[in-house]
Amino acid sequence: MKNNWFLLVLLCATAHAAPYLPSNGRQVIETLPRRGDPVQQELRRLRAQLNAQPNDVALATTLAQRYIALGRSETDPRYLGYAQAALAPWWPQAAPPPAVRLLRATLLQSTHQFPAALADLQGVLAVEPNNAQAWLTLATVQTVQGDYANATASCARLSSLSTELITVTCIAQVGALTGRAQASENLLALTLERSGATAPELRVWVLTSLAEMAQRRDAATVAEARFQQALALSPNDSYLLGAYADFLLEQKRPSRVAALLADQTRIDALLLRRALALQQQGHTTALAADVAELAARFDAAMLRGDTVHQREQARFELLRRNPASALTLARKNWAVQKEPADIRLYLEAALQAGERDAAQPVVNWMATHKLEDATATRLIRQLEQRT
Amino acid sequence: MTARSLLRCLLMLWLCGTWHVAQAHKPSDSYLALDVQGAQVTGQWDIALRDLDFAIGLDQDGDGKLTWDEIRARHAAIAAYALDHLALATAHGPCTVQAGEQLIDHHTDGAYSVLRFAATCPAAVTTLDIGYRLFADVDPQHKGLLRLTHDGNTSTAIFDPQHARQTLAVAAPDRWRQFATYVKEGVWHIWIGYDHILFLLSLLLPAVLLAPPANNLRGAFLDVLKVVTAFTLAHSLTLTLASLSLIALPSRVVESAIAASVVLAAVNNLYPLFRGRRPVAAFVFGLIHGFGFASVLGDLGLPQGALVASLLVFNLGVELGQLCIVAVFLPLAYLLRYTRFYRALLVGGSALIALLALVWLVERAFDVQLLRA
Repeated sequence: MKNNWFLLVLLCATAHAAPYLPSNGRQVIETLPRRGDPVQQELRRLRAQLNAQPNDVALATTLAQRYIALGRSETDPRYLGYAQAALAPWWPQAAPPPAVRLLRATLLQSTHQFPAALADLQGVLAVEPNNAQAWLTLATVQTVQGDYANATASCARLSSLSTELITVTCIAQVGALTGRAQASENLLALTLERSGATAPELRVWVLTSLAEMAQRRDAATVAEARFQQALALSPNDSYLLGAYADFLLEQKRPSRVAALLADQTRIDALLLRRALALQQQGHTTALAADVAELAARFDAAMLRGDTVHQREQARFELLRRNPASALTLARKNWAVQKEPADIRLYLEAALQAGERDAAQPVVNWMATHKLEDATATRLIRQLEQRT
Repeated sequence: MTARSLLRCLLMLWLCGTWHVAQAHKPSDSYLALDVQGAQVTGQWDIALRDLDFAIGLDQDGDGKLTWDEIRARHAAIAAYALDHLALATAHGPCTVQAGEQLIDHHTDGAYSVLRFAATCPAAVTTLDIGYRLFADVDPQHKGLLRLTHDGNTSTAIFDPQHARQTLAVAAPDRWRQFATYVKEGVWHIWIGYDHILFLLSLLLPAVLLAPPANNLRGAFLDVLKVVTAFTLAHSLTLTLASLSLIALPSRVVESAIAASVVLAAVNNLYPLFRGRRPVAAFVFGLIHGFGFASVLGDLGLPQGALVASLLVFNLGVELGQLCIVAVFLPLAYLLRYTRFYRALLVGGSALIALLALVWLVERAFDVQLLRA
């Protein structure tokens, strides 16, 4: 039992003023996924099958995979819960069958439980050393955590198990953060060019990576072209939309962001970018509405004890001109993940809070790994000028 | 929670709940509020319609548009399903739960069914054992966010499949600790309230220099007793009246008057104003000082259940603090009363006090700052 004032205040903030009785029976209270929707139909069919045979591993992993894919494409975490439910008979086991364990790692990773995810991935690879997906996911987690040496090793394992493009993307993503930015970008661009016809989702992934690499060296025209190519293939990819919106915000093109994200406000990270765009545009009324909505959402997340959105929350605090809270959150976030976006966030928070010394761990990190990022370098320069 | 933050909180809800069309994508949560009174528990449980639809099906025509009629038609099923996944019990056995009406409310991620219920437990609830299994089988990432209230005390808990059973103590508010806080605040306030101390000391300085036949310890003691008692009676009276909101004075007036009382009490030692009627002066000005104490008590916030008791206890703290000052002052003053030092203190000290209080008076009356703290 927690007698926690903070939680109490939050509970008040999420508890609405007054529940009501709708006046009209035909009033639409909530919009749900349509039952006729083919994806939903297929999922319902699989779910019914699994209910009849809950211990069928193949069926369970198929359903879980579908839910994870839907959860990703819709950026809707409820589907991740449904995926976990499909894996229920094996979930508490120390060493579930590899197919289940790989999905468990994916779900753990999605809620930022990185150590548990790593343990599962290593468990899978101990049994199935040729599982390409496991190596790729492992490399991704290692890269996010800044474990570049092991990430490179994991990527290298892919070379004999996967396509050249996937392997090179994996390696280039690490190389771009460890002092070989230009060479990695060139190699990846060339490999994509040579790969000919590739699956659209893979192409989007590669193009997004390439666009971010160009953005990090201030090559705005190249970055813009790559973002556009990727968006043409996948206009609703929420990661891509977020990355492109950040690029546009950096380029001070807020009106483009507002148009891009008009229909994406269900996703916290994208609503945040729209709010940042409104702030750049000086639309105070619209901004106030978005800020209120974001505050309610972050409060609701904290109420359930979630820390998955610390990066977004820190940016939100910067937007609200609370640099001290932003710095606290950025520091906590830095302990969990170390991507360029986390670096820029940390530096920005330290700069706005006027705490040069607080930024030292990140400055050292960049120096140690020879990490190149134009925006981060500018921020460090500003920090040094302040003192 | 202050009124202002409550207001801001409501404003925010109003902004996002009523006007914003976009609903967030978030993991599934339910909001469970329980209020315990004796053996009765009243509950309000907000459960997302989307989650209920996924678990038991609400959208009868499958068009994705959930109407109030469709929800209403499933009210019995919703109540049965939800209450089947919630178990309330005390040490004496399980509580029986009776479903009540169902309403609609909105949270950041959409519309919720608000299920009201009442539970009767076998005996007055001292600890409540809660078993929460809602949606555990269809969405293990679902969480139940509980707010338990009892006699103005609130506690919270988060339920998920790993923490499906929790026992919450429904303790009575810790009155003794609360009282101890008020005593401490009372003592503390007289100690840091230089104006109260200086007022009292100014009135007490002449107590050891009385004319015969009172020029002895007994005479001094009786004089101090009279002054202190008069001061105490007066400030207790106004402290009570002000705390019960029977009288209210603007704080600027009160604070200025307190400063003026210190000026007069100190000047009295240089040029007799009150003559033999210092106890009367202590009483009259004590009335003003009581308002000053009341504002401190107001800032602390009084528990509605124990208003008068807290008041008395705070006052007791003030008297204890006062007694300590007198207990140190009287023997020292009595020993030193015929020394040149004491005469100097009486004149010079009083002049200094009067001057300082005059500065306070100007500061407080005209809201300016002359001295740096």
